[in-house]
This record gives sequence, structure tokens and C-alpha cells, in this order.
Amino acid sequence: MYSKTVNNGMITITGVPASPGIVFGKSYCYLKKIIKVDKLSILKNTIPQEIVRLEHAIERSEYELKKIISFAANQVGKTEIKIFEAQILILQDIILLEGIKSRIKNELTNAEAVIDSEFSKYQSIMLNAKDEYLRERAHEVEDIKNRIIRNIQQEKLTSRIDKNVIVVSEALTAGDTILFSRNKILGFATDGGGITSHSTLLARSLQLPAVVGLKDITKNINHGDLLIVDGYDGIVIVRPTDDLIKKYNQEKLRHFEFEDKLKTLRDQPAETLDKHKVILSSNIEFIDEVPVILKQGSQGIGLYRSEGVLISKYSIPTEEEQFIEYDKLAALIAPQKIVIRTFDVGGDKIFFDDIHEENPFLGWRGIRISLDMIDMFKNQLRAILRASSRKNVEIMFPMVSGFEEIIAAKKILSEVKQEFKNKNIQFDENIKIGTVIEVPSAALLAGDLARELDFLSIGTNDLLQFVLAVDRNNEKVSKLFNKFNPGLLRLISQVISQTKLQNKKIAMCGEMAGDPLATILLIGLGLEEFSVIPDILPEIKKIIRSITLAHAKKVAEHALSLLTSIEIQNYLKEELKRIIPDIPLSQ
Amino acid sequence: MVQKKVVIKNKIGIHTRPAATLVKLAAKYNSEFYIMKDGMEINGKSIIGVMTLAAEQGSTLQLRFDGKDEKVMAKAIVELFDRGMDDV
Repeated sequence: MYSKTVNNGMITITGVPASPGIVFGKSYCYLKKIIKVDKLSILKNTIPQEIVRLEHAIERSEYELKKIISFAANQVGKTEIKIFEAQILILQDIILLEGIKSRIKNELTNAEAVIDSEFSKYQSIMLNAKDEYLRERAHEVEDIKNRIIRNIQQEKLTSRIDKNVIVVSEALTAGDTILFSRNKILGFATDGGGITSHSTLLARSLQLPAVVGLKDITKNINHGDLLIVDGYDGIVIVRPTDDLIKKYNQEKLRHFEFEDKLKTLRDQPAETLDKHKVILSSNIEFIDEVPVILKQGSQGIGLYRSEGVLISKYSIPTEEEQFIEYDKLAALIAPQKIVIRTFDVGGDKIFFDDIHEENPFLGWRGIRISLDMIDMFKNQLRAILRASSRKNVEIMFPMVSGFEEIIAAKKILSEVKQEFKNKNIQFDENIKIGTVIEVPSAALLAGDLARELDFLSIGTNDLLQFVLAVDRNNEKVSKLFNKFNPGLLRLISQVISQTKLQNKKIAMCGEMAGDPLATILLIGLGLEEFSVIPDILPEIKKIIRSITLAHAKKVAEHALSLLTSIEIQNYLKEELKRIIPDIPLSQ
Repeated sequence: MVQKKVVIKNKIGIHTRPAATLVKLAAKYNSEFYIMKDGMEINGKSIIGVMTLAAEQGSTLQLRFDGKDEKVMAKAIVELFDRGMDDV
């Protein structure tokens, strides 16, 4: 993922896109200055004074955290608040506190130094843990340690920063992010952090563009340098050239223009010139995205990645917690539908433990985990069924590779349904079920799977990687990773026609569905639903509304006769440009 | 002194939430309570200590109770572990 290029003082670093959007502005380097803690000897008669300083600092820290919580409650969800509550629990750790007090007394050392040494002990254990989740927690321990020390030193919280800046930091804690958001910052870029870090989740909630995992951005930038943060592609450009600024302004304008176009497109149907209607829905992971997709005129949620509820929790959420989330989503999107994809994560994400697999892509994930952990699976199904009483919820199983998995999943679902009937719990008895087609064996069995289900949804990202045997992250072969590979297209064409032969619905929720180059082709192949990232939705709708089904069929036929990815891609580009000459194609 | 051995049963092991449950229960008793794992010993009444154990499902912990109510305390704590920390 990470890459860096230097060109005449301009530095481009690619990290992990954490929160979408493009911003351009001055940097505010928020470097976690290591609070300088000097170890000092204290006199015996000043011990009580030292203890009082400690107690005040703890009190003050607790007060600050509670204030952040009450502030955060209005801005973000409950899950994020748990982070701060955990920090308060640490502040109330009597053993820890007594340990610190007795060391102050016995070693005649100043409070800051003892706190530093005590917390650092735990921190280093956490940092050395194999468990990624525990390592993330170490930052929070750091945060709380610094907060106490800072309060002892009576330093003011670094919260009063300039407005309209982009915060650049080694890593941001959730507390930092919340406080910065008050100051109307534009976005942020950090060395560390993954998509599971809490500050990332907060950035998305607060709609601040962010790129994380930039490794050494802090070493490549000075306070006040201009930079561009592209939260769509995970790119940060330090001291950009005028040309690049222009390019990104255009890119931003493109997004703005489309927002304008939305206003006209929003309420118009996704239908071709010859009145062939398709469904244009959205892929989402967090509830915060719902207002955006509604604004875009999305016809419901074609893919809700339920693992969003896993990431923002400390553990597997209970049935109740899941129900609350799913029900909120279903209510928000009603009367339109929401397709809930059951957990599609590797074992590492569920257990937060060191489950290491040689080849996680081909490993224990998706439906494979669900079928092995029936209690967890049933809990999720219960939560989904409970949220289905509005009759707008559908269920989708990921990573299915064979017929028997569908039979097994259906059997478990029917057990849960029976349980609900016995208990007189309301739910949608005819809840639609489907599967993601992302494993080649499942794609080849599409017709038979469709017979057992209500719909199939093609997940092109994994399907592409499995069909081509190409790891997209392996630079040596990544050039082969091309979604216009003729073999893949033929397979997709088969899946669509086999599903339709069974009179079942066929959707696509992978990246390809949101690629403007593929739209005409997919319409021509007979795809009925496109579930895309919300951002691209208007563009796809515009293309659909500019073509006829008859023409799209011809385009698809010709594309399928070509034998190389490049030819197909060029042909589709020509066609698209011919139909919509002013289309702003990226690449 | 009472010594017990327990196996972590709940799926995610001891993370923040189960750690808080354990510490809260331990605080109700007067005896000292220590947890040992892989040669590391931590005070079972300290949440930060319990968090750093990173005790995953299936791992074995040695528990040591020392004090007047050590027997009742041991019983209550062992039962909590047996119930999977009341988690999930």
C-alpha cells in the first residue's frame, strides 16, 4: 500500500484512505511532543503535597474525559464513547493509583516520573503484544498517561489550534480527533493508524477527509507547508506544484459539479432511453453514510457490510447491540431495502487474537466462520430478523464456495425463524436471502445457487483476484489485475444469464459496478442492480440514462468477442466518450 | 491462601469489557487477588493490569487469593470465568 515519491521538493505519499474527500490547505503539525518528564527527588515533608497534585490531576483528567464524552455524544455514536469510558476506568484503577502513591512515598520521587514509569510499563507490554487490538489500546494508555502528566504540569490541553488547517500527526487518539473537530479542521494525515483505529472511525463520522498509514509523513513536512489530502485514493501530496493543485481542484470541482447534477438526477429513475429500468443502490459500512446516499438518490442499500459493527466495538457485539444498529439502518432507509451481508471478516478481526493464516484470502472467513461458530451466526441472524419487520431487510452470505454452504446457512436461518415463531417475535417471514458470488466455484454454480436463493450479487473484487490468480497487492503481478479481463467478463456474463434463467434477481456489489467504463457493458449483459459506492452513483445513473438497452447489448456482445483486457478497455472507453463526450474519466 | 486454575472460555478473551467485569467483582472482596500467566503476575483488582494480560480464549490462568474472604472470593471469581466472563 505505502509508497513515496519525491520530486523537486514535492512529496507524494500513498497510505490508507481512511475517510473520503479532498482537501487542500496548510498543515498543522501536531507532533506528540514527548512530554518531558524529569525524575526529581522530593523531600519527605512534601510527600502530601505531591500526592495532592496527583489526585488533582486525576480528578481533572476525569473531568476532561467526561466533558469530551458529553461533547462527543452529540457528534458521534455510542460506540465511540466507549473508548473514553475505558480511559475513565483506568483513571479509577485503585491498584494502579495506590501503586503510584506508594512509589512516590517510598522512592521520594516526583509524581510525573512515577506515573510515567508505571504507565510505560503497561504500555510496553501492550506494544509488544501479538494482538493487534491490544497494541491499538497502547495508544489510549499513552493518551491517558499524557493527560495526567500534562495536568500535573498544569499544561493546557492542546485544543486551541488554528482553524482551516490539516492536522498532521504521528497518530491521533480519539480524544484528539474530537477536540480538533471543534476547531473546524479540514482533515488529517497520520503516520500510523489502520482502518480499525478509532480516530479513523471518528473522522468518517465527522466527515473529515483523512489518510492514515503514511508511515513518515511527519518527517517530510514542516509546520505550515501546503498539502493536499485525497481521502478517496489515500494520497497525500506535500508542497504540491501549481499544476497538481489545479488538477485536484478540478477533481474537487468534479465532485462538486456532480453534487449539483445530483439535484437534477436525484429523483429521476435509473432507466435507459428505451425505458429499461435497473436498480441503483449503495454499498455502505457505517450508518453515518445513510444521509449521503439518500441525498444521492440511492435506491436503498445493496450491500451493508455488517462488520462495521465489529470494528467499532471492543468485542463481538451482542444480539441486542447488533439489532439496534440494523434496526436504525432499516428505519432510516425504509421504504427502500437494505441488504445486510453477514460478517465477512477473517478470524483475526473477530477474535482480535493472533490467528495467523498462511493465506488469509483463501482462509477462514465469511460464511466459513459463521458456519463454524453457529452461536455467533445465530445471534447475527436473530438481530437481522428482528430488524426485518418493516419488510425491507434482505440477508446476503459472503464467501460461499459451494452448494452445501447455502443449504447449511438456510437450515440455520430456518431454525432461528422457527424459534421466533415459537416465541411470537415479529419478523419478515419472507425475508429475501442471497449470496455474494465471489468465489469461482460459486460463479460456475450460479444457476443452482440461484434456485435455492432469491438473489445473487456479484462481488467483483475477490472474484477477479481468484479468477486471475493475481494478488492485487503484489506489485510484480498487479498489472495483470484488470477487471476487463475477457475471462472474467465471460464468467460474469454466465452468472447473469444463469441467474435470470432461474427468474432470480442478479446484482453486482463489487468495484466494477461503480466503474463508469463498465456500465454500458453490464447493462448489455443484463445486470439488474448496481450497488456502488455512494460517491459514484450519479455518474453511473447519468450513463444509464444516456444509452439504450438495445445498443448496450450490442456493445456487450462486441466486448465479449475481444480477447485482451486492453482492447476491451479501449473499446468501452471509446463507446462511453461517444455517448457522453464531457464525462470526466479518471485514469 | 487459595490457588485455582482457570481456562478462558469466552470467545474474545479478556479485553476491556470482560476486564472491567472481573475487576468490579474482585473489588467486592477484601482478599488480595493475583493472576499469573506466562510467568507474568498482575494484580487482579487492577483493570490496566488485567487488560495487559491479553488472555485469549483457551489460555490458562493461575489465580491466587489471599485474605480473610479468600474462599468465597475464589468461588465467585472462578464462577465468573466459568460463565465466560458474562460476555457475549
